[in-house]
Amino acid sequence: MPNLPTLGVRRLGKQFTLHTQGGARIPVLDEISFDVDHGECLVLDGPSGAGKSTLLRCLYANYLPTQGEIWVREAGSPGRIDIVLATPQQIVELRRTTISYVSQFLRVIPRVSALDIVAEPAQRLGCAAAEARDKAAALLARLNLPERLWQLPPATFSGGEQQRVNIARGFIAERPLMLLDEPTASLDAINRNMVVSLIREACARGAAIVGIFHDAEVRDAVATRRLPVQPGIAAALAA
Amino acid sequence: MKPGKLLLQVRDLSKYYGNRVGCERVSFDLFPGEVLCIAGESGSGKSTLLQTLAFELRPNSGSVCYDLRGEGLTDLARLPDASLRELWRTDWGFVRQNPRDGLRMRVSAGANIGERLMAIGERHYGDIRLQAQDWLRTVEIDEARLDEAPTSFSGGMQQRLQIARNLVTRPRLVFMDEPTAGLDVSVQARFLDLLRRLTSELNLAVILVTHDLAVARLLAHRLIVMRQGRVVETGLTDQVLDDPHHPYTQLLVSSVLTA
Repeated sequence: MPNLPTLGVRRLGKQFTLHTQGGARIPVLDEISFDVDHGECLVLDGPSGAGKSTLLRCLYANYLPTQGEIWVREAGSPGRIDIVLATPQQIVELRRTTISYVSQFLRVIPRVSALDIVAEPAQRLGCAAAEARDKAAALLARLNLPERLWQLPPATFSGGEQQRVNIARGFIAERPLMLLDEPTASLDAINRNMVVSLIREACARGAAIVGIFHDAEVRDAVATRRLPVQPGIAAALAA
Repeated sequence: MKPGKLLLQVRDLSKYYGNRVGCERVSFDLFPGEVLCIAGESGSGKSTLLQTLAFELRPNSGSVCYDLRGEGLTDLARLPDASLRELWRTDWGFVRQNPRDGLRMRVSAGANIGERLMAIGERHYGDIRLQAQDWLRTVEIDEARLDEAPTSFSGGMQQRLQIARNLVTRPRLVFMDEPTAGLDVSVQARFLDLLRRLTSELNLAVILVTHDLAVARLLAHRLIVMRQGRVVETGLTDQVLDDPHHPYTQLLVSSVLTA
């Protein structure tokens, strides 16, 4: 079914209910609809606090939307899955085969070396251990992570070094849908440009990308389309 | 983990101690290779649920069905005691919080591992010894300590020996009750890393009880949050921890200290 987009979001809404604060309701997203097709990089635009990260987390099934649908084309399968209704087992599988998520922060796994952390997603897609490590090394080299760090667990790395490990881990598996939340936040100009190249390469191989970029230069360099995300649309309409 | 055939099916499981609720009306499915974590504060019924799932405690109502090798999904209540004990010794494993409850402390490490092999019919002494050696290596214990009793091991080594003892029969489901609670943080990291690696390499299903949400996040695909014997929230681990819906889960998550 080549006519179906990689990602289709319909009337998505998300509000948080904070029971520890007297049941306060915080509406964040309301009636958001868009498609992203392969080869596209959709940039989410809007001031901080508008709900861009919340939207991205919904797309990764890290947050559960309050309403709406999120249709994802599963890698290697003709069908689509609505991840709002998917079972945990289906989501675990989608994250292995179909969806990458790169956040600003690396959740380090104790005792595992940077090289193995990066290689893991490729191995889980069936890549042999040695081949996955080679790919991981190539990516870390492109991102200028000093080779003496590769065998060390990243817990003690600087923010920028951890971020590059995180990016390499997100890009090593060539999944069809990539979600990027400020991947260049703590990087210098050279590494920022390298991430721009990685994003363009991913688009060129056919990935659909949804991203948030603090840096206007990066935004302009990678965006094929933009989606404005406004704070409190729902609240404004209700008033 | 690829969702395949159902491994364990739990329906409306309840266990009471007199009038007191141990666990009440718990239902879930478990698939091969899935790591499920049961979290909640002490007294919430986590350990009771674990023991009832494993049929170490008999439920007052509800059912536990397991995909027995060669038999398919079977209601454990209908299983003769001898078959249940065989299941405990072969296709299931148990890692206890206190290694004294999971190991035989007076016999050697090799015998601790070999015992479960003999339970599945292995008789050749040399083969058993070789396999025991292999498993010590896998759990990062020096093979030279094969003939030492676990009393001479550190706490971390004892927990790793429990893993070796259980996994030697290639079980498909392992029950773990607070396996990291007695360990120093540095030792915990090594143990968790080993568990993470082995569960994925062996496509092992695990039901893990812990009060430590960081352990849950690191290991578990899915999370069940319990309070006063009941399940208050369940779902994908990171979704439950990052977007908790139930008031109790929100309180639990917001009470965690982050380093």
